[in-house]
Amino acid sequence: MTNSILQVENLVKHYGSVQAVRGVTFDVKEGEVFGLLGPNGAGKTSTVEILEGLRAPDSGRVSVCGLDPQKEPGKLKHEIGAALQSTSLPEKLRVMEALKLFSSFYKRHRDPEELLKRFGLEEKRNSFYGQLSGGQKQRLALAMALVNNPQVLFFDEPTSGLDPQVRREIYDIVEELKREKKTIVMTTHYIEEAERLCDRVAIIDHGQVIALGSPRELKERSGNKTRVEVRLHQPDSPDVLKNLEGVTDCRELNGTYILQAQRPPQAIVSLVKHLEIQGNELLGLEILTPSLEDVFIELTGRRLRD
Amino acid sequence: MTNFLTLTRMRIQLTLRNKMFLFFSVIMPFGFFFLYAGVFAKGNPVGVRYLLGPIVALTVMGSFWGLSAALVMFREQGILRRFHVTPVTSSDMLASSVVANFVLTLPTIIVEFFFAAALFHVRQFGNLPTTFVLIAFGTMSFASLGLVVASVTNTMQETQVINQLIWLPLIFLSGATIPLAGLPHVVQRVGLFLPATYLVTELQDAIYQSAAIWSRDVLIALASLILWASLTFFLSAQLFRWEPESKIPRRAKLLVAATALPFILLGIWENSSSRTLAKAQAMSDSVNAPATPADRSK
Repeated sequence: MTNSILQVENLVKHYGSVQAVRGVTFDVKEGEVFGLLGPNGAGKTSTVEILEGLRAPDSGRVSVCGLDPQKEPGKLKHEIGAALQSTSLPEKLRVMEALKLFSSFYKRHRDPEELLKRFGLEEKRNSFYGQLSGGQKQRLALAMALVNNPQVLFFDEPTSGLDPQVRREIYDIVEELKREKKTIVMTTHYIEEAERLCDRVAIIDHGQVIALGSPRELKERSGNKTRVEVRLHQPDSPDVLKNLEGVTDCRELNGTYILQAQRPPQAIVSLVKHLEIQGNELLGLEILTPSLEDVFIELTGRRLRD
Repeated sequence: MTNFLTLTRMRIQLTLRNKMFLFFSVIMPFGFFFLYAGVFAKGNPVGVRYLLGPIVALTVMGSFWGLSAALVMFREQGILRRFHVTPVTSSDMLASSVVANFVLTLPTIIVEFFFAAALFHVRQFGNLPTTFVLIAFGTMSFASLGLVVASVTNTMQETQVINQLIWLPLIFLSGATIPLAGLPHVVQRVGLFLPATYLVTELQDAIYQSAAIWSRDVLIALASLILWASLTFFLSAQLFRWEPESKIPRRAKLLVAATALPFILLGIWENSSSRTLAKAQAMSDSVNAPATPADRSK
């Protein structure tokens, strides 16, 4: 195991009678992008805010950069950077002022000019925070998380409420940080975000981690097979098709044959051979790999965005 | 320490960009000034000098409104939580409110003195060091009172309601609007429990009667204001909340009532000695008396 920079063990947090976090355990390695994926109210934000030192856990052990967020909050805050979920800045604070103000709080700094440039906010440097668009505010939030060149970054729902184009801009920023080997802990309820950005993902539901691994591992580990969906010139029998090599099951839906494939390349080769012998023709073919959404449905019986 | 200074600068900048500030810190105090000096004192230099105490006291007490209530807004909008993930402490946040307030209030007071000299021909301003020290600690104590209100209220609306409830007795029962000597006896006795009363009377004592900083009455007023400010500041640091949804425990509201203790004790003592009332009466008599040779020579 490479160096882990953050550990969480049996974390528990209640709000009154509501159990938001129920025994969460995971660790994050240096330089990895770690995702907490789950529906709203799953306990992702509570977990992250405990790691940031904003909330006290009821029980469990937490260590971030070797520090306990409750016992040494002062030291910890120099080592972390965060883009919080529900936050704001004073309306009449200018973009550059915000960056300079926040970087003045830290021992280590990054050049605010460089951050401004990198996050595409140069033209907005003298704009008031209140005049920025949602995407600009979020870019500023990410830039501000970097002012102290932190060891660990926390991004809580970084693309929530943004339109798809802005969301892709944020993905590019995170991918760039990933190339710089920054350690990032992010929460999300968007499947594609977790699949695209995260090295490892913990799927959280009802305050518990129900699966943990790289997106690929999670998909492989799940019972879901790759689906090959084909349309044929002449009808065929699903019972015949499911006996082809590499195919485990087949059903027909409105003229489309859905083949469950253990080994997709083999399934396709045997299907093509079969059709040649039958004198049949392939009209269309689509290969669908299982997504994290399928994994989530399999584990919880619900869709993620219910 | 540097965090506190940069925060103070930010608070000053933001306040200057706020139109509400213009009203509460510029228009309202000067409105009072011209009403008192021009109408109540009829432009008479002796009368203006006598009323400068209440005018300055009103400006000083106005600190109670501004920046501390802004903290409630910062909390409600989730701005404070952003500062909470940085090394900024609650004391940095609170102290920057108090100091920013002082920096923003001082120029208004200086202009009031300037107007008194230039427009109403007041030549004597009494003991300026005493006046300055009273202004400094007065601003800090009333700003701390605002902070404690901010710390026990959950919404901006709630803060404004409580502020009004505190503000009205402070200005009407202390001699800041109606001279203490002119108030009914029962009201005077209640006024003796208010910090505002001592601020008004001692500012008047300093400006109108040139009271020295080490005179007994000034020292009593300063000591009470400083003790009170320390209690309210300490308590607001203890009760400080970064999160919009965190609620204040009921027991804490009782603790807040305990900060009134210095002035309750002073009030009890004053009610039995009538020291302050006698002084207010004497000052009022002297300004209303036919001009003495000493006055004519000014």
